[in-house]
This record gives sequence, structure tokens and C-alpha cells, in this order.
Amino acid sequence: MSTIELSNVSRWYGNVVAINDITMTIGPGVTGLLGPNGAGKSTLLHLAAGFLAPSRGKLTVAGAASWHNPGIYRVVGLVPERDSVYSFLTGEAFVRATAQLHKLPDPEAATRRAIGIVEMADAQDRRISTYSKGMRQRIKVAAALVHDPPILLLDEPFNGMDPRQRLHMMDLLHRLGEQGRTILFSSHILEEVERLSGTIQVIVAGRLAASGDFRAIRRLMTSRPHVFLVRTSDDRRLGASLIGRPAVTGVELTGRGLQVRAADYGAFSRELAVLARDQGIRLRELLPADESLESVFTYLVET
Amino acid sequence: MFGVQGRVVAGITLRATIGRKRALLFALAPLVLVLVTVALKLAHPERASWPVDILGVFGLTVVLPLTALIIGTSVLGAEIDDGSIVHLLATPVSRTVVIGVKYAVACVLTMIFAAIPILVAGLIATGGATRLAVGVFVGALAGSVMYNAVFVMISAVTTRAIAWGLLYALIWEGVLGNLVAGARLLSVGQYSLGIANSIARDPSLNAALGLSTAVVAGVLVTAATLVIAVSRLASFSLKGEPA
Repeated sequence: MSTIELSNVSRWYGNVVAINDITMTIGPGVTGLLGPNGAGKSTLLHLAAGFLAPSRGKLTVAGAASWHNPGIYRVVGLVPERDSVYSFLTGEAFVRATAQLHKLPDPEAATRRAIGIVEMADAQDRRISTYSKGMRQRIKVAAALVHDPPILLLDEPFNGMDPRQRLHMMDLLHRLGEQGRTILFSSHILEEVERLSGTIQVIVAGRLAASGDFRAIRRLMTSRPHVFLVRTSDDRRLGASLIGRPAVTGVELTGRGLQVRAADYGAFSRELAVLARDQGIRLRELLPADESLESVFTYLVET
Repeated sequence: MFGVQGRVVAGITLRATIGRKRALLFALAPLVLVLVTVALKLAHPERASWPVDILGVFGLTVVLPLTALIIGTSVLGAEIDDGSIVHLLATPVSRTVVIGVKYAVACVLTMIFAAIPILVAGLIATGGATRLAVGVFVGALAGSVMYNAVFVMISAVTTRAIAWGLLYALIWEGVLGNLVAGARLLSVGQYSLGIANSIARDPSLNAALGLSTAVVAGVLVTAATLVIAVSRLASFSLKGEPA
């Protein structure tokens, strides 16, 4: 009932494809939508939230199409990325207004409950314009939760938060997921998704690059070929012996040092030090050359 | 009207519109109108030609459309511009209610900030509830209702509502309306003048349309623009992240 289903969904703007033929089912629990900036995460969330029409394919939320269907907001809560709230309202007034827009039978009680969940009772009578980024995010979550929806969509909920606020929000989402709600959030930061979600969907360049249990994806990510830059007292000699190791698939002498491509990250890092010591070569520097998240994503797309 | 949802939408709309710096603009224009009228009255207490100019030309064709433009594009456009409309639209509230309430708020505000000052100016200029004073007031009330429908529609259709609204008011109504007879038939300003003139009966108002034409066309334009506004809001889309 509280699932989000996409079948062959694409969305394009003119010639630019934002979402390319994605099929997925998102059920209860916390699901992280991971991908670099511009990958189409927001587009996918906007499609699910009924704020964008799919160009092709079918998307249903709790069994109903979300586009042109304001009825879905009875079961969906949305926390948009943009930090635009009615900042002239107090936190409490904003959440209560949302409760009234939902025509809840007891808006006051629902407001108290939602503000309690995000622990904002102390600040609820202040104007939102005086709130910090993290507090704004929490009051937005309270408004999205005021009607107790089984599905909650959050677009980059951790953006701009300090580490403490981040932990607090993670804890909150975790609890909401444990209650059996379907929580879908987007992030471009690997660690956030890793800490929070059992299931992740990796989106790269509009495509679903990987999907499933986080541990499996983590393994996929660490077992990819790694490129290192090594500077030593004798690059050429070390390079010659490195190429003889099975963990190494390529060596190149460059002006800045030795560029080594390793198929097995773990074995390479163990063997390098031993090899250098045995030959009396001094290691000066060891730098991972491609540790950016983008390269991880690129690798996932290519496999 | 429209129950608890309507009250919430109206309250938020009112605060968002009045609370902006732009509110100074629509508070200022009627003040200027009344002050100029008082000054003219003191300078030329007996001349009979200026009241028509100040009420008809300045009041009905400058103050009224500009006030309606600022208010009509703010009630919906402000929230679309800053993105806060999402919080309103992510609830099951009907899009017809959203447009209906925001439009009603815009009409009432425009009547307060343009139509009533025009009446005050008319009373001062003509020395009482003359046909001219009542005529321009009724024309301004009708204009408030028609202009706001057009401007609310424009802000539902484009994010450059002020620019398009100005283009409509200045170029279409101001220039083309004076040069091309056909443009007058699709000009809210001419409908207001026609309605005003049906009471004032003053040839200096330069009303091109008769009462029945003005009323029928005005009702059609108002209804059509509001229907477009509702359907555009129902298709409100969020842009994805920049690719």
C-alpha cells in the first residue's frame, strides 16, 4: 500500500534527459537515493511527489498516479530542498496551517504531535525567519508529518546542516522508518546514505546505476580498480617490480611520480610497503588519485 | 467562503502580500492620486475639465491597472517565485480553492487601495456624489475584478509576471488600445471605462465600448483567465536540479 513504483519512467527537458528509463519499487523502511549533483535525484523525487509529469513510463504512489492528483498528499509528506517556507509565520503557525490545509479533525493536537516528533517545541513560537538552517529543515519535516503520512519524501534533507543537526535528523528518519513508513531521501554524500539506509538506489546521469542492500554496493565500490600516485626514491625500479604483482594492472611513469592502477585495493595496499622495504626503496608519498565520489559513480555506471 | 482551507490560504496570502516591500508601491499610488486631486481642487476650484482627466486618465487608466498589477502578481506570483507555494500545493487542497481565494484577496486589496481612493478623489474633485464620481468608482470596482483575473493568470503562466503584466497594461492597453480599434475590444481598461461611462455619461472619458459590450466581454475574460490560472496551477512543476 505504501510503496512507490516506477516502471520505465523517463523524464526529459527538451533534448536533456534527466531520468532515463528507471524501474524501481520502494517499500517501507528508509531508502537512500544516492548520486552526484545533477544525476536526476531531485527530478525523481519531484516525479514521485506529483510536481513533475513523467515524459514516459508509469509512476504510482500508494497505487495512484501522483501527477495531477492532489489526493495523494493524504498519504504523502514532502520535504522540498528549497529553504523557502513562510518565514513570517511562527513554526507552530506554519505546521498548524498545514494541518488545516489537510482538514485534520484536530489540527492543534496534530501540530503538537508533529512538533514533538522533531523536538521543536521550545522554538515553536518564534518566527521561522529567526531559525537556523537545521531548525528550518526540522519544521519542514514537522509540516510534512502533520497528517501522519505513511510515505515521506525528502530532497537533500542534510544539506547545510551541522554535524549535530545531521545526526539528529538521521536518528529521526531512522525512527520513522522503523515505524514502517516508506522514507525516501536523496543525498550526494555516501556516508549519509551509508549510515541511514538499508536500501539504496544509486542514480548516475539519469540512470539507475545500482540498487539494493548497502553492503553489496559498498563491496562493489571498494572492489573497483583504484588509481594511486606513488612517489619514491626510485620510481622506475619499484614500478618494475609492481607490475609483476597480480593486484596491479598498470604502471605508468609520470613527471609527478608513479601512477599505479590496482585491481585489488586491499592486496595492493598490503603489498606495496613490503615490496618497497625488500628492495630498499623509500616511499615518499602515496595518494589516491580518483577517490572522488564521481569516479565511484562513473565506475558503477560502466559495470 | 471555501471553509478552513480557504481561511488558511487567505491568511497566508494576505500576510505575504502586505508584508512585502512592494506593498509600499500600492499604498503610495492612491495617496498620490488623492493629494494631486486636493492640490488641483485648491488651485482651480471652479474649472470643470480637470476632474475627468485626473479621475479617468490618471485614476482609471494609471493608478488602477498598476495597483492591480502589483497586487495581482503578488498574491500567487510571490509564493511561486520563492518556492513556498510547494508547501501549500503539497496538501490535498483543491487548486480551484487556491486560485479562488488568492484572486478574492487580490480583488479586495485592489478595491481598498485603488477603487476607494478613486472614489475619495472623485468626491473631492466634483464636490460630492456626482455621476462622474460614482461612475469612475463603479468602473474601478469592476476593473479591480477584471484586472486581477488577468494578472493572477499571468503569474500562474510565467515567472516574469510583472514584466508581462506591464507589457499588457502599457503596450496593449496604452498604445495599441489607442491606435487599433480592435485592441479595445480585448482591453480590460476599456471595459472599466465603458462601465464607468454608463453612469458618468461624460464624453471626455473617451469610452469606446457601451455598457453591455463591456460587461459581457469583461465577464468572459475574467472567467476564461481564471480557468486558465487553475489549470496552470494544477500542472505546477518543480524544476529538477540543474544538469
